Amino acid sequence: MMTFLLKGVLRDRGRSLFPFIVVTTGVFLTVTLYCYIRGAELDVVRSNANLRHGHVKVVTRAYAKDVDQIPNDLALLGASAQIRDLEREYPDLEWVPRIEFGGLLDIPDAHGETRAQAPVAGFGADLRTPGSPEPGLLGLANILVAGRLPEASGEILLSAGLAERLKVGPGDVATLIGTTMHGAMSMANFKVAGTIRFGIGALDRMGLVADIADVRKALDMDDAAGEILGLSRDGLYRPDRLAAVAAAFNARFAGSGDEFLPVMQTLRDQPGMAMMFDRIRDVTNIILGVFLLAMSLVMWNAGLVGTLRRYGEFGVRLAIGEDKGRIYRSLVAESLMIGVLGSIAGTVLGLALSFYLQAVGINLAGVLKNVSFLMPIVIRSRVAPAAFVVGFVPGLLATLVGTGIAGRGIYRRQTAQLFKELES
Amino acid sequence: MNDGMIIRTTSLVKIYPLGEQSITALDDVNLDVRTGEFAGLVGPSGSGKTTLLNILGSLDVPTRGSAEVLGERIETLSHRKAADLRNRHIGFIFQTFNLLPVYSVYENVEFPLLLLGFSPAARRKAIQAALEWVHLADRAKSRPSQLSGGQSQRVAIARAIVKKPALVLADEPTANLDAENSHGILRTMEDINRELGTTFLFSTHDGKVIQHLRRTITLVDGRVAKDEVRSGA
Repeated sequence: MMTFLLKGVLRDRGRSLFPFIVVTTGVFLTVTLYCYIRGAELDVVRSNANLRHGHVKVVTRAYAKDVDQIPNDLALLGASAQIRDLEREYPDLEWVPRIEFGGLLDIPDAHGETRAQAPVAGFGADLRTPGSPEPGLLGLANILVAGRLPEASGEILLSAGLAERLKVGPGDVATLIGTTMHGAMSMANFKVAGTIRFGIGALDRMGLVADIADVRKALDMDDAAGEILGLSRDGLYRPDRLAAVAAAFNARFAGSGDEFLPVMQTLRDQPGMAMMFDRIRDVTNIILGVFLLAMSLVMWNAGLVGTLRRYGEFGVRLAIGEDKGRIYRSLVAESLMIGVLGSIAGTVLGLALSFYLQAVGINLAGVLKNVSFLMPIVIRSRVAPAAFVVGFVPGLLATLVGTGIAGRGIYRRQTAQLFKELES
Repeated sequence: MNDGMIIRTTSLVKIYPLGEQSITALDDVNLDVRTGEFAGLVGPSGSGKTTLLNILGSLDVPTRGSAEVLGERIETLSHRKAADLRNRHIGFIFQTFNLLPVYSVYENVEFPLLLLGFSPAARRKAIQAALEWVHLADRAKSRPSQLSGGQSQRVAIARAIVKKPALVLADEPTANLDAENSHGILRTMEDINRELGTTFLFSTHDGKVIQHLRRTITLVDGRVAKDEVRSGA
């Protein structure tokens, strides 16, 4: 009997191919969208962590209070020793020193006179120490527009927008006019090694990246660091665990009022970050929820329609002597089979595309031109474990529910009524 | 029933609710049909023929009264028992053939036997015999869409008789057929009735069918108005 019914399913495209295509397509779209949205969410977290805040950040208490002003006079001193301590204590985190700074970039002409000037927002990171994770964290190789990465002392990278405005390129000399950590005026000459494009409005307008050793020298910040960033070695941000780490770290200094003692903050503690992450999570959940609901309704409807159009066939089968329970069970079994096969096919296709998009991503430079928060230009999918099962909600569950509800008509209608529908 | 009756209805009433009103489709129908009869329910549309056929086929239940088919009281049967009665003892032939379009002629005829759990060898033998009865043994692999109306109705007859039921209920079986095909189909059913002893009960208002009936039960407004046995039958 099962073989007989299976033959019917395979031969009747309305019962097999069409619902299979509908389920596969729905599941494929669900999985792909799920992976891409989760990927975008993670990319925002990763960008903010890698470029600016780390998963956790150690600064002085005083620096933390006025962090918006980038108060390098309140920076951490003896950064190397502090990093060694942090590495020993938290080996699963990678610790890197950073110095953020502002200043004026002056471009001289052939006679040493000012040809162009512009304000800059820069940061120093360890770009030249062999094995340093910073070039990778900042993704410099991927965003390099012209020239090369700094290899020698005194070389910097300029954002492409700034370089264009100042009409400078690789090999040109630029003078940074700023303030030392002790409040004195500082001037230091740099050579432009290359230009980069972050894809982030503010950084692309006035960004400058230099090796931290050069920045320390220019700003008289020997062995100091505005911030020490800690990033999980596996790249994953685990807010709860890191909040516990930060709380334990800070508890050690709880008894002292010294404003130069270090304080550890998580990514969520940074100004605006918690709200932004929550908002992004809310929006992505709403998008996914609405999409999942819409797909479920489509699948449910497909199950309903597929069953309703077969009431005539059920009339024949009842007349021949098949009982209602058996017809209902065969209907649900068919739906289960189509749902499972369609969900598997849709998930495989969705995961295949998502793995591809996880590797290459989609370049959204045009769309993200004016965003004010740190967001990568290339958004990649993220294939998380949930992606393997999310498609089964509309693909299997909704299809089964739709068929199950429509199939209840077999029980609720009088047999003779089904019979009439067969005749009509 | 051991008195040779295959069908017996007693004071049978069927009322369909229609909003706040109701329609009496069958009103005090008393009827006996003997095993081996070739009889028909005749009458105009709305006279209650199909309703009575549905009740006798255990597809519907009476509102009042009793319908006894092959010793089973229809009004007391559960869905499962009613299905079992149809499965084992009753064959249906429909006006619109109602073959399952995705299955071949052979498979359409095979379906009732699968429900009865026949072995593959027994199925093959029974299907072959049924198709020979209706002269369609050479079209076993055809699909319904490849058959004419007359051929389709022959397949429906083969499907109805393949399990050798005691009773075949045929609802307007010639309504979609031309005269030649109608007579051909009826002659086949007559042969089966004679050779296998199968009881046939028709619902019809087609004169071509009525010519072949040995007994006509005329229904008017849900009541038996006339019950005639043709002389020599």
